[in-house]
Amino acid sequence: MFSDVLTALAAGFGKTLQIFFLTLAGAVPLGLVIAFGSMSRFKPLKYAVRGLIWIIRGTPLMLQLIVIFYGPALIFGFDPWGGANSGRLAATLFSFILNYACYFSEIYRGGIESISKGQYEAGQVLGMTRSQVFFRVVLLQVVKRIMAPMSNEIITLVKDTSLARVVAVSELLFKAEAFTKSQGLIWPLFFTGVFYLLFSGLLTVVFGKLEKKLSYFN
Amino acid sequence: MPILQVEHLSKRFDQHEVLRDISFSIEKGEVLAIIGSSGGGKTTMLRCLNFLETADDGTISVDGKVIFDGNVQNPQNFRSTDKSKMRSGKKAVRMSDEELRAARRHFGLVFQSFNLFPQYNVLQNVTLAPTLAKAGTPDEINARARALIDRVGLTEKLDFYPCQLSGGQQQRVAIARSLALSPDILCFDEPTSALDPELTGEVLRVIRDLRQENMTMVIVTHEMEFARAVADKVIFMADGIIEEMGSPDEIFTNPKSPKLRSFLGNF
Repeated sequence: MFSDVLTALAAGFGKTLQIFFLTLAGAVPLGLVIAFGSMSRFKPLKYAVRGLIWIIRGTPLMLQLIVIFYGPALIFGFDPWGGANSGRLAATLFSFILNYACYFSEIYRGGIESISKGQYEAGQVLGMTRSQVFFRVVLLQVVKRIMAPMSNEIITLVKDTSLARVVAVSELLFKAEAFTKSQGLIWPLFFTGVFYLLFSGLLTVVFGKLEKKLSYFN
Repeated sequence: MPILQVEHLSKRFDQHEVLRDISFSIEKGEVLAIIGSSGGGKTTMLRCLNFLETADDGTISVDGKVIFDGNVQNPQNFRSTDKSKMRSGKKAVRMSDEELRAARRHFGLVFQSFNLFPQYNVLQNVTLAPTLAKAGTPDEINARARALIDRVGLTEKLDFYPCQLSGGQQQRVAIARSLALSPDILCFDEPTSALDPELTGEVLRVIRDLRQENMTMVIVTHEMEFARAVADKVIFMADGIIEEMGSPDEIFTNPKSPKLRSFLGNF
């Protein structure tokens, strides 16, 4: 029995990890694009992006997932996701990436705006282009400053993956719940906590190492 | 022919005129010191020369070539927007980023607050800009950077990071960094104002050495003794205008303007 549960949970955890890493891979760069949009000097773009950030941060991720998965079919009679498992996962990733990119963008914006004007000016008077100033002078300083809020957000993502359950993506919690429903077992549900704890513990160690690595400057 | 000629330079922030009709010139190898109380426009003048601010009117010429003309162009750095220009209805022709960088290349600027890049060590701080500008092979850039760092006396600190250096050492690195692209004119914006008194000497000594090597320099400073000793020409600025200009002797021994006299009386 125990090994059956463990095998099922491990499979679910695989799906959880898939959501986690694909969301990060999409949201980390998309967040930067959104951050630039929210700082744009072109006002219509700036306000449009800030409006989007307001909606995404102001509503529950679960609601966003439901609307994104069911909305197109119900409202427009067109289902971009299809009923298959891959479609459910795609809708999940779409909502997660959009949601996390918006949160990341605000962290990035705070980090970018915290860099002193003197750093930009020093780069400028040395004849650097705008992108050189950003990527070669400012970026690493921003990375260092946003480490703590980013690790917070990323550890939240570990647990948010369980929201994919509402569109029946077979992630960790979904798998455990199946045992409760079919066999009346409650402990597999409790046992998922071990996976979450171990993984977030590992992330904490990784982030600690990264912070240490960047501690050579201030 | 003067290496730097500034004519009728003006700058307004909203309604406030920060610079009014500033004209002066310096010859190659000369040192110009700019003195005056805070808010007199000294720093804004330097920032206009380095295109960190956009002057509203006037011209800046280097070696006989006009690199800025307020009547035809309105170069802007990416942080400021120039509303006064729009109000006056002049046609604003922006310099391209490329032209702006080429114009900036004539000048180096040493900041009051050093502004070294914290994530790079001393050598990397000096090599970064020439590397990005592809100003030579990596070996050439490296050799030149080491020579500059040696010139400011920091050879033994090559692989130190800015946070491991004293303020005076940081400022000396900043001087080496600003020389890495061989500017025609090196500008200093109160280079010792952020330093503890015992550290100003080492920075001033480097500037003196540069003078010996005939570097053309424009120095905004509150160090009157130093200005007097090192400058060929002194400008006293007050309320956005050049109140008095002359040799160090004329300025410090025979000040004519009452404002200059009362300013010097504070020291």
